[in-house]
Amino acid sequence: MTGRQIMTADEIRRATIRISHEIVEKQAGTAGLALVGIQRRGVPLARRIAESIAENEGVDVPVGALDITFYRDDLSLVAQQPVVKGTDLPFDLNGSTIVLVDDVLYTGRTIRAAMDALVDFGRPQAIRLAVLVDRGHRELPIRADHVGKNVPTSREEVVRVHLEEIDGEEGVLIDRATESVAPATPVG
Amino acid sequence: MTVIDRADTAIEVPIVDSPPDEQPVAWNHRHLLDVDVLSWADIELVMHTTDAMREVLARPIAKVPALRGRNVTILFYEASTRTRVSFEVAAKNLSADVVNIAAATSSVTKGESLIDTVRTVEALGAQMLVIRHPASGAPYLAAETFGGSVLNGGDGWHAHPTQALLDLYTLRSRFAGGSLTGRKIVILGDVLHSRVARSNLWTLTAAGADVWLCGPATLLRGFEAWAIRGAAAGVRFHVTTSIAEALRGADAVMALRIQKERMAAGLLPSLREYAARYGLTRERLALARPEAFVMHPGPMNEGVEIAPDVAAGSQSLIEEQVRNGVAVRMALLYLLAGVRPR
Repeated sequence: MTGRQIMTADEIRRATIRISHEIVEKQAGTAGLALVGIQRRGVPLARRIAESIAENEGVDVPVGALDITFYRDDLSLVAQQPVVKGTDLPFDLNGSTIVLVDDVLYTGRTIRAAMDALVDFGRPQAIRLAVLVDRGHRELPIRADHVGKNVPTSREEVVRVHLEEIDGEEGVLIDRATESVAPATPVG
Repeated sequence: MTVIDRADTAIEVPIVDSPPDEQPVAWNHRHLLDVDVLSWADIELVMHTTDAMREVLARPIAKVPALRGRNVTILFYEASTRTRVSFEVAAKNLSADVVNIAAATSSVTKGESLIDTVRTVEALGAQMLVIRHPASGAPYLAAETFGGSVLNGGDGWHAHPTQALLDLYTLRSRFAGGSLTGRKIVILGDVLHSRVARSNLWTLTAAGADVWLCGPATLLRGFEAWAIRGAAAGVRFHVTTSIAEALRGADAVMALRIQKERMAAGLLPSLREYAARYGLTRERLALARPEAFVMHPGPMNEGVEIAPDVAAGSQSLIEEQVRNGVAVRMALLYLLAGVRPR
């Protein structure tokens, strides 16, 4: 891992547990609640939040995975199509409260795409947003309901979330952008 | 009868890991004219993207905005139902705008050349062009002129790349472990006139299958020589006129349509004779493995190359081929749309 560490494994764990408590508190229970992780790192985060809810409430909240590739607003701008990672929403969205889970909230464009994708699957009663890191610089009127950590950044910086399930290590890092790390998927 | 021996060493099929995280896909083809220029990694990427499209097709609203604002023009100089409709449905599922041109009712009947027609549809806004033409090579000519992407929907006897890819996808989804390595796959019937057979030869041999071409000698002309030449280049397949030899122990049988419209005089004594000697009947299918799959690219001449009870039987994947065809074409349109126009 390179860059300056802004969250350790322990901090990620505590933030995830706190978010799980906030979600249940806001919903006043777990009835009608479902978590949807945005591919890729939102998916393991959603599973962790669900595990924490199961521990504290004794209820298994359904978890889904959402790929927003087909809903991106920059598909005609990118040089090559991004790899599609797959969507799996094994529950009825109609009338449910969906908590979207992602690793980093940045421009808000990913969340806009995710909401467009979700409503093609049904009509949730509400859609909420939980993120591990909010780094600011929104380009759309979108805010998170649950935030692990607010991190002031400049646009020249890159925030990288590493999760055991995908990266084999834990931690959130901040780094100066270089040519080679220009993101292929919209960060945020 | 000629049998080209397969080398003892199995063809090495590279295993490609799922594409790397957050990297753009390594797809560098502006056109899809045939499968012969696709690397194994390209084919794996098409298969992977097709999986995602199948998931889209299973949604309550089977439509995504990935190709919103794109113009896909479908220009067919030959009759077609499934390929044309399949492309149209695929493009619409991706929210593209679709323009359909049937040559029979267009200015082509007034003598407009292919190149002029391509220029015209481009001036009218076409960004992706799906073309079917009775002349082998016509899509290549169109690709020289057209500024966007050309997809070959079948040209003469030459190539039908989307059919080959959907056949490969269908077989992979049915064979244990998704592997065709060592599987005996028979392509049966009018191989001579078949673009489906020619394109399938590339993909099936690349996947490591044990491919057998079977039919009357008049409809295999040229393939024995190709089998000998191809073996040198690593494309290995068998050619036989014996249907019993071909079907024995087969894992899948692809029956081909007898192409009456392309049939020169003297190649077949009669359709009845053909059906009697090479028709895929239940009795003949019993020579294959009990769980062998039956495929047909369509349209079928039932009772000629395939018996109706075989086509509709439990071993038949024919409807699945049609369903997968939409997903494969969505995947290809999506991948091609990512490549910059000229």
